Amino acid sequence: MTLFIEQCLNGLQFGLLLFLLAAGLTLVFGIMDLVNLAHGSLYMIGAYFAATFAAWTGSFVLGAILALAATLLVGMAVEVIAMRRLYGRDHLDHVLATFGLILFFDELVRLIWGAGGMSLPLPSWLNTSVRILPGFDYSAYKLSIIVVSLAVAAFLYFLVMRTRLGMLIRAGASNREMIGALGVNIKLLFTLVFGLGAALAGLAGLMQAPILTVQIGMGENILILAFVITVIGGIGSIRGAFLAAILVGLIDTLGRAYFTDLLRLLFSKETAATAAPALSSMLIYLLMAFVLVLRPEGLFPASNK
Amino acid sequence: MADLLRIENLAKRFGGIVATDDLVLNIADGELHAVIGPNGAGKTTLIAQLSGQLTPDSGSIYFAGKDITAMPMYGRSALGLARSFQVTSLFLNLSVLDNVALAVQAHAGHSFHFWRNARREPELRDPARAALSRVGLSARADLPASALSHGEHRQLELAMALASKPRMLLLDEPMAGLGPEESARMVAMLRELKKELTILLVEHDMEAVFALADRITVLVYGRVIASGKPGDIRNNAQVRDAYLGEQEAAHG
Amino acid sequence: MIRAVNLRTVVGIALLVALILLPVYVEATGSRFLLTLFTRIVILAIAAVSLNFILGYGGMMSFGHAAYLGIGGYAVGILAFEGVSSGFVQWPVALLFSAFFALVTGALSLRTRGVYFIMITLAFAQMTYYIVAGLARYGGDDGLTIQKRSQFIAPINLSNKVQFYYICLALLCASIYLIWRIVNSRFGLALQGARSNDTRMRAIGFPTYRYKLTGFVIAGTLCGLAGALIANHTDFVSPAMMYWTRSGDLIIMVVLGGMGSTFGPLFGAVALLVLEEALSGITEYWQIILGPLLLLVVLFARGGIDGLLGKVRHG
Repeated sequence: MTLFIEQCLNGLQFGLLLFLLAAGLTLVFGIMDLVNLAHGSLYMIGAYFAATFAAWTGSFVLGAILALAATLLVGMAVEVIAMRRLYGRDHLDHVLATFGLILFFDELVRLIWGAGGMSLPLPSWLNTSVRILPGFDYSAYKLSIIVVSLAVAAFLYFLVMRTRLGMLIRAGASNREMIGALGVNIKLLFTLVFGLGAALAGLAGLMQAPILTVQIGMGENILILAFVITVIGGIGSIRGAFLAAILVGLIDTLGRAYFTDLLRLLFSKETAATAAPALSSMLIYLLMAFVLVLRPEGLFPASNK
Repeated sequence: MADLLRIENLAKRFGGIVATDDLVLNIADGELHAVIGPNGAGKTTLIAQLSGQLTPDSGSIYFAGKDITAMPMYGRSALGLARSFQVTSLFLNLSVLDNVALAVQAHAGHSFHFWRNARREPELRDPARAALSRVGLSARADLPASALSHGEHRQLELAMALASKPRMLLLDEPMAGLGPEESARMVAMLRELKKELTILLVEHDMEAVFALADRITVLVYGRVIASGKPGDIRNNAQVRDAYLGEQEAAHG
Repeated sequence: MIRAVNLRTVVGIALLVALILLPVYVEATGSRFLLTLFTRIVILAIAAVSLNFILGYGGMMSFGHAAYLGIGGYAVGILAFEGVSSGFVQWPVALLFSAFFALVTGALSLRTRGVYFIMITLAFAQMTYYIVAGLARYGGDDGLTIQKRSQFIAPINLSNKVQFYYICLALLCASIYLIWRIVNSRFGLALQGARSNDTRMRAIGFPTYRYKLTGFVIAGTLCGLAGALIANHTDFVSPAMMYWTRSGDLIIMVVLGGMGSTFGPLFGAVALLVLEEALSGITEYWQIILGPLLLLVVLFARGGIDGLLGKVRHG
């Protein structure tokens, strides 16, 4: 039973991490109508910055804060230099241009940091377990990921629902021309939104770094999942991204953990062992196909464009 | 004369906005029926529901006796209900002739033909050229549609609607953006077409409306407030207050 | 459109002639490496032709096209592994599975539009990647070596590099011609109309969904053929063939060469792969150049190489 709770918590943690990534993606798409494939590159950069700064300063937290700031700056720079020219253009143009950016960033990282990847060790005060229930300990770090992510989600909710900036974001998601007419500095708004997205991606990247990986191409792997979540949740919808991310995180984690057992009930041990890893990877995509068949605009589309 | 198009209690809302409000309208076979009304009256929404682009929330639409309320767009065209668009909606990167030929092709059986060069098929090209000459665009046939002027786009729109040999045309503001000369030409063309087709004409240009219409329906906030012969409509006080008065004031 | 002999067609034909004469050049200079490179270029050009069909003419931005390379390739690889090395079995299976996958994923994907379509095609392709990577019996992540190339009846011998090259080239020419005919047929015009203005097509009476799905299946099947060819070329298949970034490479080829043009995919395949070779000779980090180059092409030379050649004619 405790194993099940642990897997659920793992699923939640993974889902929340994906949410951070998907939130940035869906925001940028909803407001600026921009498809950004290089979002995963910002995730990667966040991780690399964190590993580097943590090594330099000797402090995990300080390294994380510096990495966050650095990713935010890189994001805003990318927006000003490259993204600005893409607004209003065909989505195909976005896909191609940002794909080019992926190639560029992957090579840049290889040039600066080398091909070997890096590691980001946890400080001792985080590298422990916490007693959640009697007889059940859970990783303190994973718990802190959950806490931080939920805090960020709450912050985003507050930002989008209760502030003027958030009102502009929501208005922008459903009617871009209108916010221009309101006399808002569109250029600045877009730079800030893109920067916010970059910071979220960077945060996700640096948080997963100690437990998963810091290597070239890590962005491409997870970007797909972020896309799937955006599609399931509905493009432009943070609420949709949140629910879809949790759903995807749980299904993926629980699926991988229990699918083999499930298959063993139906088939022989060998078949289950061979088929399970392949099939459990498929689960997310099956979910997405299922959602799109029923509701081609996602579960919570942001607008009726 | 029998009614070709019957609209019964049609309703459509967008969130809090009522675009079509319990609308009842009958179009007789062979007439040119104009629909007028102030901006926001729901005229384009009505056309969208008649052509199948939007599904009504409630109510029914009967065309030639068939219930087409839920029929998809491509099906209505096959029945003989064709539409032109208020905002130019053409195949801009294809040639003018290609545009019309596609309209012909849509009604020339299925398109699962993979080998023969469709641009060399007389069954497609000849009716297309005929439609173009009717609207006066023959000289521009081989140009890309994007190279045409706005007025010529409206003519092309009409040619495409004609190419499908419809029984009824839904025309959404065909005069929009036309100068006086072009407008006069369009009116003359519509007067010719009137003889062969039933036409539902949505227009703001009052001169054209009163010159062409057999009957006029006035729409305000998605509802019919008056319907009848042009003379009656002109003298209707309610209509004058709601709409024509504005128009006269605006046009001086 | 006026059918005159223009620069784009001339260059296209000239390129094909050059490709026909390539093995002669290789014999004379002994640069066997060129033959390997250009076999690969020719095969990927077939894949690019198939993608150009749905992307350039049909307006369907499929980001999962590399999946068909993998499906075709693994059909050959798996059958070879299980002892079936007859090309008469392998290649039809490759085509059939590709067609089936295109039918199923296309039927679902085409219910969506725009960026949703991009993402869902991407995700489906990635799904095949994970499935194949999970098949431990067939090498999983490490891939699968093919001991014997597809066997046909003598004198056809795919292990003969020159012969294989000419077979691939013949298939490329056939593909270009076939797609050219389809594009100008009623079906092709319906597809082009749907790309130009799908709503208008439906308004005038075309059930566009079924035409787009058919086009999607045709493209997937043709790319499956390319997959079978590349498996034979490299004597090896691996999940990496289907990773979504490979679909990106195909799209780059199509756009670089010029979307919606007859010879564009060929120009693109040649340009990209030759550029890759040339750049990697200069620096190990050549993608740093390719990345921004792509951005510049998108911003300033949207019509690709074919577009540029077209401009030259009009001055």
